[in-house]
Amino acid sequence: MQCPKCHAAMHTYNRNGVQIEQCSGCRGIFLDFGELEALTRLESQWAQQAPPPAPQAYPAQPAPAAPAWGAPHQGGHHGGHYRQRGFGRMLFSS
Amino acid sequence: MLPSTPTQPAPLDRLAAVARAAAHRPDEPCRCASGLVGVLANRDDGTVVRHGALVAKAHAPDTDPEAHGARLALAGHPDVGGVLLPPRPLPTQAPTEIDGRPVTIWPYGPPVAPDDPDAAPWEDAARLLARLHRTAPPPPLASRLPAMRAPLKVELAVDRMRRTAPDHPAAATVLSAWQTIPNTNTTNANTNTNTNTSGPRLLCHGDFHLGQLVREPRPVGDGPWRLIDMDDLGLGDPAWDLARPAAWFAAGILPPEVWSRFLGAYQEAGGPAVGADPWVQLDVPARALTVQTAALALAKSTAERRPLDEVEDVMIDTCARIAGYRTESAPSAST
Repeated sequence: MQCPKCHAAMHTYNRNGVQIEQCSGCRGIFLDFGELEALTRLESQWAQQAPPPAPQAYPAQPAPAAPAWGAPHQGGHHGGHYRQRGFGRMLFSS
Repeated sequence: MLPSTPTQPAPLDRLAAVARAAAHRPDEPCRCASGLVGVLANRDDGTVVRHGALVAKAHAPDTDPEAHGARLALAGHPDVGGVLLPPRPLPTQAPTEIDGRPVTIWPYGPPVAPDDPDAAPWEDAARLLARLHRTAPPPPLASRLPAMRAPLKVELAVDRMRRTAPDHPAAATVLSAWQTIPNTNTTNANTNTNTNTSGPRLLCHGDFHLGQLVREPRPVGDGPWRLIDMDDLGLGDPAWDLARPAAWFAAGILPPEVWSRFLGAYQEAGGPAVGADPWVQLDVPARALTVQTAALALAKSTAERRPLDEVEDVMIDTCARIAGYRTESAPSAST
């Protein structure tokens, strides 16, 4: 499938059982009929299930300030996931 | 072979010979273990050969001799002793350049271990940068010191992407993010736009990342960390030296706690690059470094005929957010 905006190829991703297409060029996302509603529903379920914050064993560090264009959910799942690979880049990219 | 061509060893062998001559007296046999002799890097912009306790570096072929001389003098200046690893003298018989590339000699120091993120010396790095930024440019050198090259390197990266990966599906995204960056892209790339005289004019490294740290060699045990690589040193806005870690943090790749440690150590050491809200100064340089990283990712992945990996994909996503945020929320600052 081609992106209707920039005509680059779109790739299919599965997010919690919802298929979405993201453009490899402009990063735009294409949603089929009902997918937005499905995502909204999943989001509200997730919000309801979120446990109350656990008592802190030590004082919580305030999250550092980030720019408006920064990644959503700073330091969430992807910090650890990309850690080793990203670390290599911090060493060798120039 | 052309009959008139004198037989001359290959440039890499000549550099290795300079390294050997620097490490040993002519009459001294080499007893270095084979693991301590060899090529550490072989790129157009820097080739480094180690011989025992020293390395010889051939700098980029287009190195400006005056700028190079001023940067080398700064690296060896006592005012930045304990911050920059100082050069060692070139052996008397050695060529000062090989194939048009200036040659310098440095101590070999052990680098940051690439497989152990927990051991990375973020605080030491931050304190070294703070000390560099706080050092007044040594008076006899100040007038000769060129601009640090960090903004120019972003332009060169975008230029390389335009030249070698213009049809990559993500190239337009990188260029849209690039358009949001004021000043650096208002003229054609490759012109010397680095003469911007507004803004801070402090001593800067110009290309800081963790690969630019080594331990200063000591007879026994590990010495303290020092900054290496003089090629981009100069005067400018020190926020650019924090911009690569800032960009990786903003992209979601550098964990927030590591970024906090780095920035906190820099501020505690009196680093002058940022104020109470660090993103006032970091925003533009961090966007620029995101663009640079993404542009090089497209150029390199295209040259290697491979798809982007997940870290590179994250940098393209960040470019898309930079472009989207600026176009939605503010008129372009670059016009």
